[in-house]
Amino acid sequence: MKANLKYILSWLVIMIAGFYLINALIMVGVIDDFIENMLVTIGINIILATGLNLIIGFSGQFSLGHAGFMAIGAYATAIITQHVSTELGFIVSLLVGMALAALIALVVGTATFTRLKGDYLAIATLGAAEIIRNIINNLKITGGSAGMFNIPQLCSWPTVYILVCLTTLVLMNFIKSKNGRAIKAVREDEIAAEAMGINTTKWKVAAFVIGATTAAIAGSLHASYIQTISPSNFGIMESISILVIVVLGGVGSMTGTFLAAVVLGVLDTVLQNFGALRMVIYAIALILIMIFKPSGLLGNWEFSLKNLGKHFGKKERG
Amino acid sequence: MQIVLQQIINALSLGSIYALLALGYSMVYGIIKLINFAHGDIYMLGAFCAYYVISLWHFNFITALLTAMIVSALAGVVIEYFAYRPLRKSPRIAVLITAIGVSFLLENGMSYLVGSNARSFPQVMEQVNYNIGGIVISNIQILILATALILMVLLQVIIKKTKMGRAMRAVSVDPDAAELVGVNVNHTISFTFALGSALAGAGGILIGMYYNQIDPLMGMTPGIKAFVAAVLGGIGSVPGASLGGFLIGILETFFQSIGLSAYKDAVVYFVLIVILLFLPAGIFGKNTKEKV
Repeated sequence: MKANLKYILSWLVIMIAGFYLINALIMVGVIDDFIENMLVTIGINIILATGLNLIIGFSGQFSLGHAGFMAIGAYATAIITQHVSTELGFIVSLLVGMALAALIALVVGTATFTRLKGDYLAIATLGAAEIIRNIINNLKITGGSAGMFNIPQLCSWPTVYILVCLTTLVLMNFIKSKNGRAIKAVREDEIAAEAMGINTTKWKVAAFVIGATTAAIAGSLHASYIQTISPSNFGIMESISILVIVVLGGVGSMTGTFLAAVVLGVLDTVLQNFGALRMVIYAIALILIMIFKPSGLLGNWEFSLKNLGKHFGKKERG
Repeated sequence: MQIVLQQIINALSLGSIYALLALGYSMVYGIIKLINFAHGDIYMLGAFCAYYVISLWHFNFITALLTAMIVSALAGVVIEYFAYRPLRKSPRIAVLITAIGVSFLLENGMSYLVGSNARSFPQVMEQVNYNIGGIVISNIQILILATALILMVLLQVIIKKTKMGRAMRAVSVDPDAAELVGVNVNHTISFTFALGSALAGAGGILIGMYYNQIDPLMGMTPGIKAFVAAVLGGIGSVPGASLGGFLIGILETFFQSIGLSAYKDAVVYFVLIVILLFLPAGIFGKNTKEKV
């Protein structure tokens, strides 16, 4: 703890500095509503994609159901804040969404992760997400296929910024912990990990539950910021666009996910007028990345202040 | 009794289309162990191809069916050559992501080219309803069922009786050993894609006639349902995929007829999860144990 104190403090300073930088840019007028909107979308995508990267990149399990858990968070917020439209209501709805998503992920995870892997697991998680969406589509309380409108806007960019920082902190600490190493061991070789005494199912499910919980957070933010949601927002397409971010940035690199979310977010805004052509470009990009650089932009490289410090330290000395 | 028989007729027409799609999934999975996500979109291509040749050049059913099958087969071979072949030695997840990319490309490419609105499928023939003892069956339903059955029998003959079919079976058991005894693995895989995609194309024109409506995203849900059918029947098995297709058709029609049509998709996915958990090898599949 003490040895790392320097780096923890540096990260804290960077986060606070980032906050004030954005704040100042908004005050000065460099960031207008349009760019702020883009930044919030990027933030939400970062939360979604880092959670999915934990499942795909670190525990090595292929989930195609991320949008389903996002839907749970979004609908929890939409329903609760329509009745209690205060900040407290938003926080409660956020927690309810997280708890619900975690519970469902636990059930789905324990059922599927014990027996399935690879592409069968992908299709089973896809099925689970579609079941969630189908149920939402048919309930009265969720407004059916028309969705929900006029959800009170109880979160603004600082909420999103703080939650991006928080989820990233939690995820990174989890990955760097003993349990995180267990999860990575499962990814590298499940049988060997099991032989070393790691309860493989337990840790695979744990990663899945944590990923689902972050997806619910992103869903809550999405519902509260965009103010309209419908079941069609959370289909296979959404799961795939989150997957594109993870794959582009590098499966197993949180830094890569950040980078990819920012790049794609900016591209999205620039190419907004292209409509379907934009998706065509993404699809081609996805195929080309898989053929020519399957590890994504950054592979599993992580940006770390510690290594940066060592790097510069070495230069100064030698 | 009449209602039951009527529903069975409806279920069989829908099921035969799922079966055609499921066969392609099953063959491709059997030979290169890939869930070809783009398969449902090839079925969409087949439907659009039939739409254009019928409405522009006034093709009749047989010629439109053949054109759709040939175009789909070509599309399947091209996709395999450009997207899947370079990844033959990559991890399976990489190939799966590529397949998702191809599916995404076909859906959005088609939306970009022709617009994402649904359009009505031209009438190839006058619909005639026959009333047999209170059961209404249309000539289109008969045509769908007959076409599907003929194609399935044809496929079974190709796989069991021809040299290429034997090569396909050999590659699906052990590609390396097949190569050693002189099977051209790449040609065989291309042929499998052509065959599977042609069946999907045929399914596309049949569904166009059945629902009278097509759109660029039409392949998504039936594609996944057909995969469920293939898993249900035992992936890699031709009779299994046909049976699975019919079973999914029956299940869906059953839920529709008891007034739960809104939940019919959820039921299919639920069946998928249950089968994957308790009968992963499907009805006709072989169980394989993992070795260290």
